[in-house]
Amino acid sequence: MFDEYNPLDEKIFQVIDNDGKIVNNKWFPEIDNERLLKAYRDMLLARTADLMIVSYQRQGRIYTYPPSYGQEAIQVATAMVMRDEDWLVPAFRELAAYLGKGVTLKEVFLYYMGFEDGSRFLNAKNILPISIPVASQLLHATGIGYEIKYNKKDQVVFAFVGDGGTSEGDFHEALNFGGVWKVPVVFIVQNNQYSISTPVSKQTASKNIAIKSVAYGIKGIKVDGNDIFALFQAIKTASEYARSESEPVLIEALTYRKGSHTTSDDPTLYRTEDEEKEWDMKDPLKRLKAYLLNNNLWTEEQDQQILQQFKQEVDRQFVEAENYPLYKLEDVFEYIYVEMPDDLKRQQNEHENFLKWKEARK
Amino acid sequence: MEGGAKMKVMNIVDALNNALDIKLGEDRNIIIYGEDVGVEGGVFRVTEGLQKKYGAERVLDSPLAESGIVGTAVGMAAAGLRPIVEMQFSGFAYVAFDQLISHVARYHNRSRGRYKMAIVIRMPYGGGINALEHHSESMEAIYGHIPGLKVVIPSTPHDAKGLLTSAIESDDPIIFMEPKRIYRAIKQDVPEEKFLVPIGKAKVISPGKDVTVVAYGAMIREAQRAMVMAKEAGISVELIDLRTIYPIDKDTIIQSVKKTGRIITVAEEPRSFGVAAEISAIASEDAFLYLESPPKRVTGFDTIVPYARGEHHYLQTPEKIFYEIERTVKF
Repeated sequence: MFDEYNPLDEKIFQVIDNDGKIVNNKWFPEIDNERLLKAYRDMLLARTADLMIVSYQRQGRIYTYPPSYGQEAIQVATAMVMRDEDWLVPAFRELAAYLGKGVTLKEVFLYYMGFEDGSRFLNAKNILPISIPVASQLLHATGIGYEIKYNKKDQVVFAFVGDGGTSEGDFHEALNFGGVWKVPVVFIVQNNQYSISTPVSKQTASKNIAIKSVAYGIKGIKVDGNDIFALFQAIKTASEYARSESEPVLIEALTYRKGSHTTSDDPTLYRTEDEEKEWDMKDPLKRLKAYLLNNNLWTEEQDQQILQQFKQEVDRQFVEAENYPLYKLEDVFEYIYVEMPDDLKRQQNEHENFLKWKEARK
Repeated sequence: MEGGAKMKVMNIVDALNNALDIKLGEDRNIIIYGEDVGVEGGVFRVTEGLQKKYGAERVLDSPLAESGIVGTAVGMAAAGLRPIVEMQFSGFAYVAFDQLISHVARYHNRSRGRYKMAIVIRMPYGGGINALEHHSESMEAIYGHIPGLKVVIPSTPHDAKGLLTSAIESDDPIIFMEPKRIYRAIKQDVPEEKFLVPIGKAKVISPGKDVTVVAYGAMIREAQRAMVMAKEAGISVELIDLRTIYPIDKDTIIQSVKKTGRIITVAEEPRSFGVAAEISAIASEDAFLYLESPPKRVTGFDTIVPYARGEHHYLQTPEKIFYEIERTVKF
């Protein structure tokens, strides 16, 4: 696969077209129907949750949120390949990938409601919290890869970054260290065309991003990031290669951020309706749905039914998050150090004294 | 010195190497890496011989990239290793600041205790070796200002070994700054066995009654020389080796200043917003009524450390320290 879709040739790895028709039989992956339907449902749940969060934000019920709708196929394909013991190293626009790892919607809501507890990830194994400084998390993935190799574990790291992140020094350092150390990390670039308002053409003069793998001496491939079949095949092949050869792989997944950068951003300032319409045709959810409908695996009735269920579930977990206990003063201090310095304890006590004074004044 | 323990004469480089050696032997999760730390044993030879003894998987030369070194350590620590990394000179550590401030210092809090950052970041610092630009500064206050980090600076071979051992055993991330000017200048009997010097505890090196002098790193030796001059002038100095920048040992400082009524901090750092400023603030806030003169900062200027030919203007000398001691006592 890596030879056939060498990034130097600028080929894009694709398996289905915009209408959900198979265009690449050779690489059509074996996925049983049940698994495929689950993938569709997972994409739909993420899409539903994402759109609802944006509307909760507009109602003032949650703070700034970076929506990921339009990018679900990349993340769900990763979740399909990722095993419990594999590591997920997210950036901050990977809702479907967190859910695939066992993170709950409630935890995601808590995080964006301003609770550190949203990063506890009580039911998810081997996952790092959201990393906001762009591309910095890729080095953590390489470091985890070193541990896997050092302890001869059967694990792979899946690390996410956006197209803007590829301009950061840490992107270079992570891939360079990864190539030298030969660690099992699959670096996935969600090339969604924009970093806030800046188009990818202003990030790099490189003809594509996958091509950067060549300079690090590692494998790379450019994939249609809205084609779940191609993504599953590419990510599966990459993870098997990373595991068996103990080497990193760079995947560039071409997609589109259908929403805003975050809820504080206005995309009408920097992109056109025509462009948005063009990408609408390539929507990953629509394409998988078309495939399922074409092959009589799914019906519109089922679609409506499950959508209603998802809306109720999202709302139920959202309300649960809204009823989360108040943030206590000790929560500010508790985890700054494993061994808390005495003076930090004193600072907490001083503030408690003020709070007592304030209470007595009432 | 520890009674009955087998001793060996060591300088600071020997003592650090010995601490690393003992811990590598004890704990397979410890990994050492950085620029030229493997085959060469580091530009100051602190890791000399360790790759040969423990293998290139555990003591390795990394690519030349400080952010990469610190950032990969975050991942290793999250996965359960205990990396010890070297910044070749503290002046090269700045490109690692995002990893340091945004991740090393915050991961334990961000993950609500799930991921411990048991990382030691070693770096030689300070002036006095006629080096090129970027090789002479003392920026310990920057690290002390970052919540989530602890900052340690030894001044003797004994403390270098004991503090580094404590740093390696700490589950919190430690910035371990090594006064390179005295790497090989001081020799001392150090126990061959493992021992700990606690982080966060200053040490009263010599008790006195007229004035407290707080110093650390290479400034201890200069302060000791000034103390001899003070003694000749009839002034009794209580000298404290701070040993840990953060968490700073307030109790030892306050106790001493309550006894002497006067306090001077000697440091190589720039004057403003520094460790000496912090110590002056502690004395003012917590021992105000005991003070007989204003707390004094004897530090570098708020300038770039001059290159080799001008460094003597910037560095603290025994004469300069004695001059300030006398002025403080006569205030």
